Amino acid sequence: MSKILRVNMTDLTTKFESVPEKYRLTAGRGLTSAITCDEVPPTCHPLGPNNKIVYASGITTGTAAPTSGRISIGGKSPLTGTIKETNSGGMAGQKLARLGIKAIILEGQPKGNGQQWVLKVDKDGAELLPTADEWLGKGLYETYPLLFDRFGERVAIIGIGVAGERLMRNAGICVNDPENRPARYAGRGGMGAVMGSKGLKAIILDDKDGPGVPIANKKVFDTGRKKLLEALRTHAVTKPGGGLNTYGTAVLVNIINEAGGFPTRNFREGRFEGAARISGETIHETCENRGGVGMTGHGCSPGCVIKCSNVYPKPDGSELVSVQEYESVWAFGAHCGIDDLDITGECIRLCNDYGLDTIEAGVTIGVAMEAGLANFGDGKKAIELMQEIGKGTPLGHVLGNGAAVTARVFGVVRCPTVKGQAIPAYDPRAIKGIGITYAISTMGADHTSGYTIAPEMLGVSGKVDQFIVEKADMARNFQYATAFIDISGHCLFIAFAILDIPSGLEGMVEECNGVLGTNWTLDDIGRIGGEIIRMERLFNEAAGFTTAHDRLPEFMKYEKLPPHNVVFDVPDETLDKVHAT
Amino acid sequence: MIEIRLYATLGRYRPELKVGEPLFLNLDQGTTVKRVLQEVLGIPTEVVKTVFVNGIYRELDHVLADGDRVGIFPPVAGG
Repeated sequence: MSKILRVNMTDLTTKFESVPEKYRLTAGRGLTSAITCDEVPPTCHPLGPNNKIVYASGITTGTAAPTSGRISIGGKSPLTGTIKETNSGGMAGQKLARLGIKAIILEGQPKGNGQQWVLKVDKDGAELLPTADEWLGKGLYETYPLLFDRFGERVAIIGIGVAGERLMRNAGICVNDPENRPARYAGRGGMGAVMGSKGLKAIILDDKDGPGVPIANKKVFDTGRKKLLEALRTHAVTKPGGGLNTYGTAVLVNIINEAGGFPTRNFREGRFEGAARISGETIHETCENRGGVGMTGHGCSPGCVIKCSNVYPKPDGSELVSVQEYESVWAFGAHCGIDDLDITGECIRLCNDYGLDTIEAGVTIGVAMEAGLANFGDGKKAIELMQEIGKGTPLGHVLGNGAAVTARVFGVVRCPTVKGQAIPAYDPRAIKGIGITYAISTMGADHTSGYTIAPEMLGVSGKVDQFIVEKADMARNFQYATAFIDISGHCLFIAFAILDIPSGLEGMVEECNGVLGTNWTLDDIGRIGGEIIRMERLFNEAAGFTTAHDRLPEFMKYEKLPPHNVVFDVPDETLDKVHAT
Repeated sequence: MIEIRLYATLGRYRPELKVGEPLFLNLDQGTTVKRVLQEVLGIPTEVVKTVFVNGIYRELDHVLADGDRVGIFPPVAGG
């Protein structure tokens, strides 16, 4: 029987509880959001004793379902003030699920003395252990090996870096990858600061001899699994040797750039002259030319068919960083006017080391450049600014609190954030649907909450004109479908295959039916996804958010974006229509 | 004169070009994207998923004009 593990940091107790009936058929984001709505006062301070943080694997996570290793982490975000779910690949999701734990709820706050803790969970139970001094105040490339030495190489670690220890609003939560690098992140929304505010440095998951994930109807599960596997193995984007596997997610750089929607030098332009030099094609070529440990087609969690990650080598073939992803190379690249993968790679490595979200960190550096702290294109200075965060200087604290805080401190009007969270690598003036998603997402600016880029740019699930503004229905449908994928435990990238191949979509639902014993049909995807979004909206409303917050930064309404010279012209009424039904 | 860029796996049809390096072509008036693919570049249309002309998505029957910037892609996605 699966359980909920409740960890109280006020009195330093752990206890296992049975799963209430109302949570039985949900998981992942559905569960983190439901528990947050049920237990967290919406107006609480995100770093105070009344916020909670919930860790939950997806429905199929820990089973043989392909590309299903996700873990969701949720609570109230210190970055946005909204509800937050941020999910990650890596090793933790599957181990948590195989321990028979449906969710860990971390609550309360230790009083006073600055003592930090580690939560150790295995088949026999859970205990809080005091941290060793040597685990604190250092980069995670130093700390993770120490933790693996202490707890064994086969555990999973969910941890925070110095950014989380210092309660910075851009602190992410790190999960080790299959080679135990501190390289996968539930990055967005500053949830690492929430973990830090509770004095928890890391969760250690040892699933040895754990009960595993019970499957209610194995036949149904196997049927669904085969259908989804077939879809992933045949779709041109997700198949072995396909676009994602060969080039990684940064294969998007050139297409978004050609379309004039690649935000450049803090959203001044939509096309970057150095785009090709930071693209997936160049990453692939560099891995081949430099050799050594360099590789594309790296998997971020066991059982992934797509394998879109990479290990990027230094000129001598030794490891610089895993992973150079689209959003990250954009944030430290085009957004900062930098066209050098060795610079973006070093900045990403620093994010992994300090425990930061790469999107927010890169956008922050671009905002700092806008403020005159460095010139656009100055890679050396970008790295030095990042190092301020690591040192914890006053400037580092400003930058570590994200783009919106940095813009305020330095008087920058061109601040690319929604609800305090940095806008990712698609300019909404040139690609309208994703702008609607940024505006109305329950999470702040978040491309993964409704990836309309698929039809607007990539011809996945049909082709839709990028400039059409009446996309409220499309944005809503994407939000709902995404919320369902976020409870399934699958990586969102399965969407590329299942949006085009109907049997793959059926397969995903059948896998869930197999695990849970439900009889969901395709119609339930929108119903279940919609319930999650409505629940999250209610939390945000109670936290003080109104439709006035469902807006893009004002400058996008009056500053034209070259080369198309367009502003964001989606009417406010269209934005409000998304959630009006 | 138009400039064409071939991306991702399509790069193999002009291996002498660096990633993102344009190919410059002089075309007859009325030449479509499809004709450039088939007759000039030798790229089968079935391996082409997306074509942008001056940053705007175009179908294969789109007629090219002097000064156009053309980007040609196989199926790609990411995020």
